[in-house]
Amino acid sequence: MRTALLLLLLLALAAIPGSFIPQSKVDPLAVSLFVSRHPTLAPVIDRLGGFAVYSSPWFAAIYLLLMVSLVGCIVPRTAVYAGALRARPPRAPRNFDRLPAAASYLTDRPAGEVLERARLVLRSQRYRVDADATTVSAQRGYLREAGNLVFHVCVVVVLVGVAVGSLFGYKGGVLVTEGEGFSNTLTQYDEFSAGGLFNASRLPPFTLHLDSFRAQFQVDGPQRGAPREFEASGTYTPSPASPPRPFDITVNNPLEIAGTSVFLVGQGYAPVVTVRDGRGDVVFSGPVPFLPADASYTSNGVIKVPDARPQQLGFQGFFLPTAVAGPDGAPFSAFPAAANPMLGLFAFSGDLGLDNGPQSVFTLDRSRLTQLTAGDGTPLRLRLQPGQRARLPHGLGSISFDGLRQFARFQISASPGKSVPLVAGVLAIAGLVMTLTIRPRRAWVRARRDGERTVVEVARLDRVAGADLDADIDALVGSLQQSSGGTRNR
Amino acid sequence: MSSQDWGTLSDHAVAAATVVFALAWLAHLAEWAFGGRTVAAPAREPALVGAAGTDAPNPPPDPTPSIDRSALLGRAGLSLTVLAFGVLLAGVVSRGLAAQRVPWGNMYEFATTGLLVATGVYLGLVRAYRVQWLGVFLTGFCVVVLGLAILVYVPAGPLVPALHSYWLVLHVSAAATAGGAFAVGAAASTVFLVKSRAEQRTPLDARTGYLWRLPSAAEMDRIAYRVHAFAFPIWTFAALIAGPIWAQYAWGRYWGWDPKEVWAFITWVVYAAYLHARATAGWRGRTAAILALVGFGTFLFNFIGINLFGSGLHSYAGV
Ligand code: HEM
Repeated sequence: MRTALLLLLLLALAAIPGSFIPQSKVDPLAVSLFVSRHPTLAPVIDRLGGFAVYSSPWFAAIYLLLMVSLVGCIVPRTAVYAGALRARPPRAPRNFDRLPAAASYLTDRPAGEVLERARLVLRSQRYRVDADATTVSAQRGYLREAGNLVFHVCVVVVLVGVAVGSLFGYKGGVLVTEGEGFSNTLTQYDEFSAGGLFNASRLPPFTLHLDSFRAQFQVDGPQRGAPREFEASGTYTPSPASPPRPFDITVNNPLEIAGTSVFLVGQGYAPVVTVRDGRGDVVFSGPVPFLPADASYTSNGVIKVPDARPQQLGFQGFFLPTAVAGPDGAPFSAFPAAANPMLGLFAFSGDLGLDNGPQSVFTLDRSRLTQLTAGDGTPLRLRLQPGQRARLPHGLGSISFDGLRQFARFQISASPGKSVPLVAGVLAIAGLVMTLTIRPRRAWVRARRDGERTVVEVARLDRVAGADLDADIDALVGSLQQSSGGTRNR
Repeated sequence: MSSQDWGTLSDHAVAAATVVFALAWLAHLAEWAFGGRTVAAPAREPALVGAAGTDAPNPPPDPTPSIDRSALLGRAGLSLTVLAFGVLLAGVVSRGLAAQRVPWGNMYEFATTGLLVATGVYLGLVRAYRVQWLGVFLTGFCVVVLGLAILVYVPAGPLVPALHSYWLVLHVSAAATAGGAFAVGAAASTVFLVKSRAEQRTPLDARTGYLWRLPSAAEMDRIAYRVHAFAFPIWTFAALIAGPIWAQYAWGRYWGWDPKEVWAFITWVVYAAYLHARATAGWRGRTAAILALVGFGTFLFNFIGINLFGSGLHSYAGV
């Protein structure tokens, strides 16, 4: 018990740092900010696992020790409990006065009748009763220990279940634009992480197609601009052979396909642009997702046009769903819905560097690109509203902002056997309630003839501190006397 | 009534409840002050209301007037607390009608609902175990927290999509219930600590004053245990079952060690340690009570510190 107690306190202490130091699994951006702000401290913290406290060896050591001590506690206690279940109620101590609660009274009834009555009364109070010629011994509350064992076993099951689920499970993120689709293979994910025993060939072969995305925002009041409702709808096919079925995914309602859940975790805008190159050919046309950076969906993105000739073209800039002019003339977004969309871009020409290995679609490698300039030599700034087109200088081509679509960010994950921790958790609470409410009690009643009368002695013992024994024994004596009569003396 | 009217009604009701709690607190403070000059009556019931009232059939011999006054003040404090409970209930319900959802979607609402539960638990305990002495702590706590709640006030309104869930209702109401009960448990543990120290240090004939009319340290420990035993399974459900399920629906993961989750876990572990300590030789009594207070400290830190200064997914809609 003392070990368990110390380990519990240690676990609580060990959990604290991770709530103050940014964690790479929770917020990788915050970690890199922290590292750049604390260049001397960060490597030390990193070496101690401070950016990944909850998967660090020392944290694992504490909870593994706790698990070991938990199992080491459950096993012997189960054995003891199994024995106790079969045992008879403990024999009465010789001297009742030593017990925390005892009383005695005199009655005219014969001893045998009193004892028989005591047996019935205690039985009716759901005691397990054992009687001999002079004494009735009784015990109840066996379920307390059962509840306690169930609770501790379930804590183990929850921990093991969660561990197994994450070993075999996976989690990935993907961005799907309206009118486009996704099929569940590794290469289609934007980001993907899986447990050590996950097998990619077991990904269920579903596909889905996003038809439309609906976003609603609060339009008035103090919470103006706060998100109200997001809904992604479209069709999916659970397996290549099956016909498409419709789906609607909202924030709290994932789509379940063959043990895999598809959650809606984010959304944003994808302006549809068309780029023509210097020869006048359409070299790019389609939606380009811009990632939202703040609550009014000021978004950042990049357009890469590798097919443009004579030189490749690249664009980097922002998208504002509701552009208004700020005090300094620079536009900003006043509202998250697309009331007055505007695309603002810088343009580059040269070599996009796509031959040098994979690149993020959200960054532009500017090392071999030249920024296009306006007539006065300042960087060229393009400002486009839907339907507008801008020409690039030096006959490099043009770009037009044709329309707007939205995209949904889905998280797709599976953790096999996820109902195991859930069921164990519910059972744990049931066991806990049993432990905390049932009180194991013992009671003894002894009766002996003393001349004309019978002396009845009653004693009570609680295995758990905290009961009002005096009141209990008064009640017990009261119910004994109801039928057998007598005068009480303590 | 329009939802705006309900919102106004709710604001007025919460303000009124704050005032009534403040009056109740004053009454209880005065009760302590007057109680301080009385001589303990060891054989009498510890309870103040009813037992020592002026209409008691067998008044104790030679009652000092201040006992009567103290008892009267205690009774006034309790009645005011009942009134404040009713007014606060009206405030919480009308808040729900104004927002057309359950009224615990942000910090302000969580605070008002949590205090409602704490007061409810206290009043229930008063009926069952005569714990009026808790009143001075409870009403003081309510006044302070309601006062602070003004700082995080937001008008009634709908919720961000991540909060649209039945699990929100379960998760937050269970957390508020457990939190209310933890508050009562912390008060009981505090009195236990004060009283058990006093019992060790004060000679029998010097035991005068309000403190000695409170139940014994052993009784106090018992009450603290019962309240914690009630709260702990509810907290387990709120933090470790309903919370993860909701997180799964809203964010696609059960548990992500977000600061709020970390501190909910810490609270759970500390209270588990408290329950263990009560069953461990050498840790019973004072050490266990201190653990219970630490547990409540972690709960408060989670609610106040992490909500206001932390980041993470649990940041509410406009606090
Ligand atoms: C994750 C770790 C653990 C948690 C959350 C936990 C929680 C609890 C809780 C809530 C109780 C009920 C207390 C009561 O009856 O008042 C309890 C009782 C108990 N625990 Fe644990 N426990 C843990 C680990 C352990 C370990 C490792 C041991 C073994 C040494 C242990 C031994 C006991 C015993 C013997 C009791 C019964 C105490 C009594 O009769 O009151 N526990 N535990």
